[in-house]
Amino acid sequence: MGVEGIGARVARKEDKRFLMGQGRYTDDMSVPGMRYAAFVRSPHAHARIRSIDTSAAGDMPGVIAVLTGKEMLDDGIGNLICGWMIHSKDGSPMKMGAWRPIAHETVRYVGDAVAVVVADSMGEARDAAEAVLVDYEVLPAVTDAVRALEAGQPQLHPEAPGNLIFDWQLGDSDATDAAIAAAAHVTEIRIVNNRLAPNPMEPRAALGIYDSAEDHYTCYTTSQNPHVARLVMSAFYNVAPENKLRVIAPDVGGGFGSKIFIYPEEIVCLWASRRAGVPVKWTSDRTEAFLTDAHGRDHVSTVKMAFDADNRITALKVDTIANFGAYMSLFSSSVPTYLYATLLSGQYAIPAIHANVRAVYTNTAAVDAYRGAGRPEATYLLERTMETAARELGVSPAELRRINFIRAFPHQTPVIMNYDAGDYEASLEAAMAAADWNGFPARKAEAASRGMKRGIGMSCYIEACGIAPSAAVGSLGAGVGLWESAEVRVNAVGTIEVLTGSHSHGQGHETTFAQLVAERFGVPIDSVSIVHGDTDKVQMGMGTYGSRSGAVGMSAIVKALDKVEAKAKKIAAHLMEADESDIVIENGALKVAGTDKSVPWFQMALAAYTAHNLPSGMEPGLKEGAFYDPSNFTFPAGCYIAEVEVDPETGKTTIVQFVAADDFGNIINPMIVEGQVHGGIAQGIGQALLEGVHYDPETGQLLTASYMDYTMPRADDLPSFKVSHQVTPCPGNPLGIKGCGEAGAIGSPPALINAITDAIGNNDLTMPATPQKVWAAALAAGN
Amino acid sequence: MYATNYHRPSSIAEAVALQSSSDEAKYVSGGMTLIPTMKQRLAAPSDLVDLRHIAELKGISVNGSRVRIGAGTTHAEVSASPELAAACPAICHLATHIGDPHVRHMGTIGGSIANNDPAADYPSAMLALGATIVTNAREIPADDFFTGLFETALEDGEIVVAVTFDAPAKAGYSKFPNPASRYAMTGVFVAKAEGGGVRVAVTGAGANGVFRHAGLEAALSADWSADAAASVTVDAGDLLSDIHGSAEYRANLVKVMAKRAAAAA
Ligand SMILES: Cc1cc2nc3c(=O)[nH]c(=O)nc-3n(C[C@H](O)[C@H](O)[C@H](O)COP(=O)(O)OP(=O)(O)OC[C@H]3O[C@@H](n4cnc5c(N)ncnc54)[C@H](O)[C@@H]3O)c2cc1C
Repeated sequence: MGVEGIGARVARKEDKRFLMGQGRYTDDMSVPGMRYAAFVRSPHAHARIRSIDTSAAGDMPGVIAVLTGKEMLDDGIGNLICGWMIHSKDGSPMKMGAWRPIAHETVRYVGDAVAVVVADSMGEARDAAEAVLVDYEVLPAVTDAVRALEAGQPQLHPEAPGNLIFDWQLGDSDATDAAIAAAAHVTEIRIVNNRLAPNPMEPRAALGIYDSAEDHYTCYTTSQNPHVARLVMSAFYNVAPENKLRVIAPDVGGGFGSKIFIYPEEIVCLWASRRAGVPVKWTSDRTEAFLTDAHGRDHVSTVKMAFDADNRITALKVDTIANFGAYMSLFSSSVPTYLYATLLSGQYAIPAIHANVRAVYTNTAAVDAYRGAGRPEATYLLERTMETAARELGVSPAELRRINFIRAFPHQTPVIMNYDAGDYEASLEAAMAAADWNGFPARKAEAASRGMKRGIGMSCYIEACGIAPSAAVGSLGAGVGLWESAEVRVNAVGTIEVLTGSHSHGQGHETTFAQLVAERFGVPIDSVSIVHGDTDKVQMGMGTYGSRSGAVGMSAIVKALDKVEAKAKKIAAHLMEADESDIVIENGALKVAGTDKSVPWFQMALAAYTAHNLPSGMEPGLKEGAFYDPSNFTFPAGCYIAEVEVDPETGKTTIVQFVAADDFGNIINPMIVEGQVHGGIAQGIGQALLEGVHYDPETGQLLTASYMDYTMPRADDLPSFKVSHQVTPCPGNPLGIKGCGEAGAIGSPPALINAITDAIGNNDLTMPATPQKVWAAALAAGN
Repeated sequence: MYATNYHRPSSIAEAVALQSSSDEAKYVSGGMTLIPTMKQRLAAPSDLVDLRHIAELKGISVNGSRVRIGAGTTHAEVSASPELAAACPAICHLATHIGDPHVRHMGTIGGSIANNDPAADYPSAMLALGATIVTNAREIPADDFFTGLFETALEDGEIVVAVTFDAPAKAGYSKFPNPASRYAMTGVFVAKAEGGGVRVAVTGAGANGVFRHAGLEAALSADWSADAAASVTVDAGDLLSDIHGSAEYRANLVKVMAKRAAAAA
């Protein structure tokens, strides 16, 4: 490894502009003539729109246009879609109700857009938005997915009777039932996975610019995948054909999944820009973000785990109800199905698994992928169940896991996934050693002497990253392929631009991707620029989510680098009159192995562009592109241990230590990987202890619409994390990497709840484990 | 935020005149409550009359046992005041745990008590210390000042100039913060006057805002100890229930915070 190559702790190149306040985000973009949009949003969770009177608003100062869903329909703008087809177990396709970018006739959640005002200033737009008079006939609402399935509940979409979108299953039901019937022990538990609001630091924003002379649209937007946004907006929403639509996602301040999806607002800005004849910008405020960003999680499950007399798991049966909110968001259907049930084998050899999942409409914001997407739900369910089983069976939690670990690879689970490599014992041991697991009883006794209840809990997670072989996901219902593209351009002076379809919104691609090039050609990373986030610059790409930028995005870059290297060697061999196979690249020069002959990298590049002296028949220039389609998912795995102290008087939990032992395969930049783990654990701690979206069950009003009521994790909620890595290289991709972006959020919640329930001696506790819930649970257990 | 006109008077008289010249005018001190409310478009004053540049509202003084804190004193100033640390360290402790550093350097004691947020910290101190709220027109005992949720005895246009109280023999404050807002989910201020009288005030927990707790006062009068506080039954009946805490949970917190405040005093 060079000082800036693979494995080096290189400081992030992008941090300078971020730390100096010089990042360029969508809301920083300003173009001549630009105006501002404000949305009129439904104050009701469910209502019929009787009429909309825009006349008073239209007369307000500065107002250019007031537009409603009717005009959008007249202009042929299409419905928002869900791009992953799921079939119910009876063979019928999922039942998708219409999602209009601006509601027409019916609103289905608090925050549903009903009109948009375009005005000279943001203030004028908001003032006028308040003057739009909407006459609503308020309808009864339902926010809870379990209740929404019951008879007699409010119905959201005529397409989905009983609010049921699909009733899907995976695995062998008969074999699972038979194993449960024959089991020596069955652990049963009800698991609730709480609804979360994604809360990226930068709220969503969009700027639509219509050029009437060219009949061309430009959209600046807070997107994790601008190419997918362009594809969907042109193919499904009829905004503009792809060649007439440029989508730019500049600096993006965090996404956590919530910026994968195409939302109404960017479509409306583009359309309104043409309608009103001015560029139109919209920037969400924080309450709009709570109301309208796609939320995450929100599952209710019942679980049965069967064991034989040797404490080996013989079967797992899961029945899950997943809340989808009022509309099906872009990838919503994939989350509680193929990103969830396929991970239910965890790190364990389980002969029979059956999962049934019902997806349900409710009068709440849409629910879609949020950091981990399905895998945190699977991990939480499985690891809470394992802990519960260990307590019931009287086995130590580590022992129960050891008995059941998968130890031979590749391993085919009964739920589609084929694990390629791993060493679960290694992470378990590393974590237990780092946590001084064996010293816990003494620490517990010492805490008890101070009146504190100390508990310890573990979680052994597995996840699937690097989504995924295109043909495989296609066969499972995906509407897109999930490869990645890259282009490497060597300039005539030897500097290098890497164009990637991955998108960086906090991941540090400008650094790690450059490290790949530095490693390969021995050039400084300062001479490498990473270009991303603009459909006019990068030909095509699938974007960043599911921890795929490393395993898929970097693999595409490696393929392109292979081609550049081959051509560079040919040129160098020709210049030095040597054999191509004797050329090696070291420290920024191309050398003839075993001699002192060498050509500096820049000179080779110049030769490629002057083309005065190239091998005969060779095209001038040095620029290569590649598409990479993975052969499998990757399977990061690890063991997390949380140790907590509960104040029994107040129920307040303090995390006294948190250990993460992860196997991400090979690592490009350990510092960035640790940062991803830290951030992920912070979000996992948020889910386990602090965060939860609450709707009033009767009115459907969002009760957690600001930071006064929605508890974000803060620095003083978090301990210092002890992080380590165990490495089994991923055999499926050229770099041997697995992905690290979501593990922290996936692995941590069950470790924390296992620790708290251990401390208070009551297993009946739901997330977020707020002081009041922990106090009540401890009291109920007589502790 | 709606458009508003900003004024910067340099005396109380000028401020009152400006305020009375418009029926939609509001005073602003630290702005830590008013400005966020305006940004959310929940308040729309036509005029903002800034009280931060009025010398009469400034300063902390301790005269013998009489403590005076100007209404314009920031939480950070209260928290760091050596005079207050000597006279009544509990109020410094309270101020140190309001909000975050930004809020503490802008927000004022006058603004906090004039606003009377049911989860704000200062109202409990005022009530437990038997403070007097000095306005430009009169002096109002704390017992009469806090009249309900966000309600006070202040007349329209009346300005809080200062608060005064006698340094207590002992006082303590213990707060259990709301996990999200970090205002008081329950805060209990206990004080024993030099003459021996005990007052206990609870914030954050009451369905009608800050209140005195007779049971805790009686118990601590008889025996100033954590155990005495712990022996009291706190009725959940008049307490607040919301997504963060049930009335029963808050009743428990009242007792636990009272215990801890007494122990800290
Ligand atoms: C993030 C955050 C966290 C916070 N956390 C806490 C907390 O933990 N505990 C807590 O107690 N508070 C908390 N606060 C509130 C903070 O303490 C405020 O500073 C305080 O409540 C109001 O004081 P102010 O000077 O900012 O008043 P302003 O916001 O300026 O005014 C508030 C109200 O009082 C009126 N007013 C102001 N001064 C006077 C006066 N002298 N006479 C008459 N009327 C007046 C105004 O007209 C207005 O109606 C928090 C605030 C924020 C933003």
